Order: sequence, then structure tokens, then C-alpha cells
Amino acid sequence: MAGEQTNGYKAGSNLEKILRAGHFAVTAELGPPQSADPEVIRNKARFLKGAADAVNITDNQTAIVRMSSIAAAALTMGEGLEPTVQMTCRDRNRLAIQADLLGAYALGLRNLLCLTGDHQSFGNHPTAKNVHDLDSVQLICMVKDLRDASRFQCGDEVKGVAPRFFIGAAANPFGDPFEFRPYRLAKKVAAGADFIQTQLIYDVPRFREFMKRVVDMGLHEKVYILAGVGPLKSAGAARYMRDKVPGMIVQEEYVQRMEAIVAGVPKEDKKGRREAWQQEGIKMCIEQIQEIREIEGVAGIHIMAIEWEEAVRPIVEGAGLLPRPTPALSAAEGVE
Amino acid sequence: MIIAEQKPLEEIVALLGDARKVLVVGCGTCVTVCFAGGEKEVGILASALRMKSQLDAGAGLRASPMGVDEVTVQRQCEWEYIDPLGERLGQYDAVLSLACGIGVQAMNERFPDAVTVPGLNTTFLGLPEEQGVWEERCQACGDCILGITGGVCPIARCSKQLLNGPCGGSQNGKCEVDPDTPCAWQLIWERAVKLDRVEQLMEIQPPKNWSKSRDGGVRKIVREDLRLVEAE
Repeated sequence: MAGEQTNGYKAGSNLEKILRAGHFAVTAELGPPQSADPEVIRNKARFLKGAADAVNITDNQTAIVRMSSIAAAALTMGEGLEPTVQMTCRDRNRLAIQADLLGAYALGLRNLLCLTGDHQSFGNHPTAKNVHDLDSVQLICMVKDLRDASRFQCGDEVKGVAPRFFIGAAANPFGDPFEFRPYRLAKKVAAGADFIQTQLIYDVPRFREFMKRVVDMGLHEKVYILAGVGPLKSAGAARYMRDKVPGMIVQEEYVQRMEAIVAGVPKEDKKGRREAWQQEGIKMCIEQIQEIREIEGVAGIHIMAIEWEEAVRPIVEGAGLLPRPTPALSAAEGVE
Repeated sequence: MIIAEQKPLEEIVALLGDARKVLVVGCGTCVTVCFAGGEKEVGILASALRMKSQLDAGAGLRASPMGVDEVTVQRQCEWEYIDPLGERLGQYDAVLSLACGIGVQAMNERFPDAVTVPGLNTTFLGLPEEQGVWEERCQACGDCILGITGGVCPIARCSKQLLNGPCGGSQNGKCEVDPDTPCAWQLIWERAVKLDRVEQLMEIQPPKNWSKSRDGGVRKIVREDLRLVEAE
């Protein structure tokens, strides 16, 4: 049988409880190091503790080898944060993924974000063989079947404790074909996604248009949609996002504001420029959250402060989202 | 058809080692059509090998120039076309095959006493999009899904072999891996819109049965109705 008691919740994670209780959720991201040093995780976790309801632990992000997301998630949990394990289809076949899911659940991990994965040609092992035995939609189906039917992908029964994850998926409102994107999201919802985290938004009008389609299709009532935002670190970073990152649209306004903020700061004053950029990046991110919060169907925010975990708390605080709610007494608890 | 391209001359020379007499064997089928290993390419490569080995011999890098003969058969992947080569192979130290990997293996299999090395890299199953431009179309996965993808193959043409729609990296109709490569799912979407079959793309495609592809081991087809010798 299904195994552990989850009090009417699908997985019983903090994130699920927060969302189910109707709170505006805040998630953040923690990138594991390119080393075996647990202190890196612990230090980053300290910046995020209390500032987010759950923290995504990336899985070899941008196809660069890093500490395993499950191991890093276990370390993060040890620091008192709830992790969301990211799982890509690039590096593992269905056997490896299921084995890792059993292990992740056994370690106490409860949130899982199902991803396709960046192509290995972007990373530091471009000559590697990729897997893609499953795609992200099929991965979602597999995780759902493990949870709701106690069945492995092959159909065999899970004898004993089945892993019960709160299932996440990604959506990129800025990728092409644009018209396909809401359908792609609908497919992920049909497959069993419980929550969605979007790509970084630097084009709010287009995101609003995407959300209108999503709401028209009624998808926001079937899945919790967390809008992806992230503070820009510098004008160069803004231009890089605009020009180099696949599937990303950055409105000119972001680049211009980042360029303008250092107009009066001499080039030699690197510290001054950096601080000006960081302040402006955080400020813009807060403004974005306030704007996005008003869009119908948005259930929370996912803050991706890449290699800049310190920025998360000031953003969440600035957006008026602190303190984070404690979900212990939320609605579904105790409901059979 | 099978698309191939010639290996760099340096690599070919290294593969041939100190062979003094070499037979370059072209193939008159796919690699002729894609200008990689037909009669013309055999002639050019044979000349290049002669010149290179002469220069190398002059520079003291090898004992003597290489003697290079040329021949092109209709199809290097069929016994009947390569069998006639058998009589003459004894006089060569090495055979350089300008066929696809199938032809190279056919030569090695049929003539185990000869050393046959490849002069081409067999690259993909595809077509010429225009003169001088070839692109992949099929991966021979053994379970064709073109009927549900508007005739565009995501196994061969999506960098991540996705079956349920585009990844997040598709932009302006191009693949994130290479801005010159169309995104297969952009093409599939456009076909679905044109054919009024968008609903078809909404169906969740289950995990693919890769056992019919290379993952199931070496594949083989046996048609008893066509065999000349009955199976025991």
C-alpha cells in the first residue's frame, strides 16, 4: 500500500501545506557547489532560512557537474530548510531516476521538480552522451504513478513504502512556439504536476498574456503557479540574459535601468558600481514581484538569485512577504 | 540516405601507417550521392595520398612513397558487389574504404585477411536540403512515430528527443543547441496547426520503447518468406 500517512496531503511537505492554505508561496534556489564541500551548502542555507517556504536544489544546472541535488538537498534539510529536489532527464534513465527517487524519499525529501534539463553542449562536459530516456511529461507521470498507484514505471507494484512527492514542473512562457506554451503546461498538469515554477520573467506583459491563456484554460485552478523572478547583478548580466540564454526574453527597460544606475559612478570604482547594481537589481526584483502578484492565477513566487543567495531575504522582505507563514495549523491538516 | 564525410587526411594517413601499397575502394550508392566516397572522391583522395606520401618520403618521415590504386563498386554493403575484389586484395598492405561504416564492415567481414580501414565518418541518415547542405532526418529507432508528429521526427531532430512538446530553449523557431537548426517542435507545431491536428499534440505520449532502437542490442530482421535456405 501507499505507505506513510500524509493527513490528506499528497506529500505533506511544507510547500504543499502553504499553497493548500492559500498563502502566497515563496520559493528560492540553492545551487550546489562544483566540489564535495558541505560547508558551501550550509552557508548558502543560512542566507535562505526563514526567507522561503522551500528551496530548489538544482541538478547539474546548465549541464555543469555539481554536487548531487539529492545529497545537497539532504544537507539543506539538515539546516532546517525544506528542499525541492530538481531532477532532469538528461543524465539518468528511468531506472536511475526511480532508484534516486526511492533514496530521496527515504532521506525525507518531499518536493520534486521534474525537468528536461539543459543540453550538455552548454556545460563543462559537452562531449557527454545524453540520456533523455523520458521527457519531463513522462517523468511527471512516473512520479505520480509511484505516489498514487504505488507502481513503478514498468507497472510493478512498489512493495512497502512508495515515494510520495509533491510534484513540480517548469514552464517557460517565453520559449517558442508561444502558442504551444499553455498547451504544454496543460499537458504537465494532466500528467500530474501539482505546482509549476516558471522561467525567469523579464517581460511581464508577455507573462501576463501567457497567464491569461492559462486562466482561460482553467489551469490555475488545477495547479499552483509560481512565477520565476531573479535579481539582476549587473548591466552585463542583463545583456547576457538578453542575448545568450536560450528561451529568455529580457525587455530593454531592465538593461537600461541597470546601465543608468551606474552612469554617475566612475568605472574605476568597482565596489561602488557593484553595490549600485545590486541595489537596483534587488529593487527591480521587488517591483516585479509586486506587479506579478496582481496577475490572476499566480500562487507564489520563485526567486532564482543565481550564486547570490544573500539577495533573497532582502527581496522577500522588500516585497512584504516576511515573516513566512508556519503551515502547522493550515486547512487540510487533520482532514481525512 | 546515409550521409558521410571524409576524415581528415592526417587521420587517414595515420590509419594506413607504413602500408606501401593501398587500394582505395569507393562506393557507388549513398556516399556517391553525398559527394563523400564515390569514384570522383576516390580519385581525389588517392592523388592526395600519393602526393602526401611522396612529400613524407622526401622528408624522411616514411621509407618510400605509397602506391595507391583505385576502384569503386556499386554498393560496398552487398556481397555480390564486393566479392570480385577478393582476387586482387592479396597484393595490398591495406584497403581504405570510402564507404559508410556498413561498407567498411562488409569488407572486413568478407576479406578477413585484408586490413580495411575507414576513410569516412558515417554521420547520419538524412537528405540534402539544398546543394551542399545535408541534414539529419531519421535515427532508425525502430518504432516510427511520424504519423503522430505531422511527419517531423523529434527523435532525430529534437536535440533532447522530446515526445511531448518543446523544451524551454526553443526560440525564434530554432533549437537552443544551434541557432541554425530548426526546433523540431516548432515544425511539429506548425504542421499540427496547418493540418488542424493540435488536439493530437495534447495526448500524452508514454515513455518510448527504446528496446526497438539500438538500446535493445544489435537489431536483425529475418524474413522467412524471402530466405533461399529454410531455417532449421
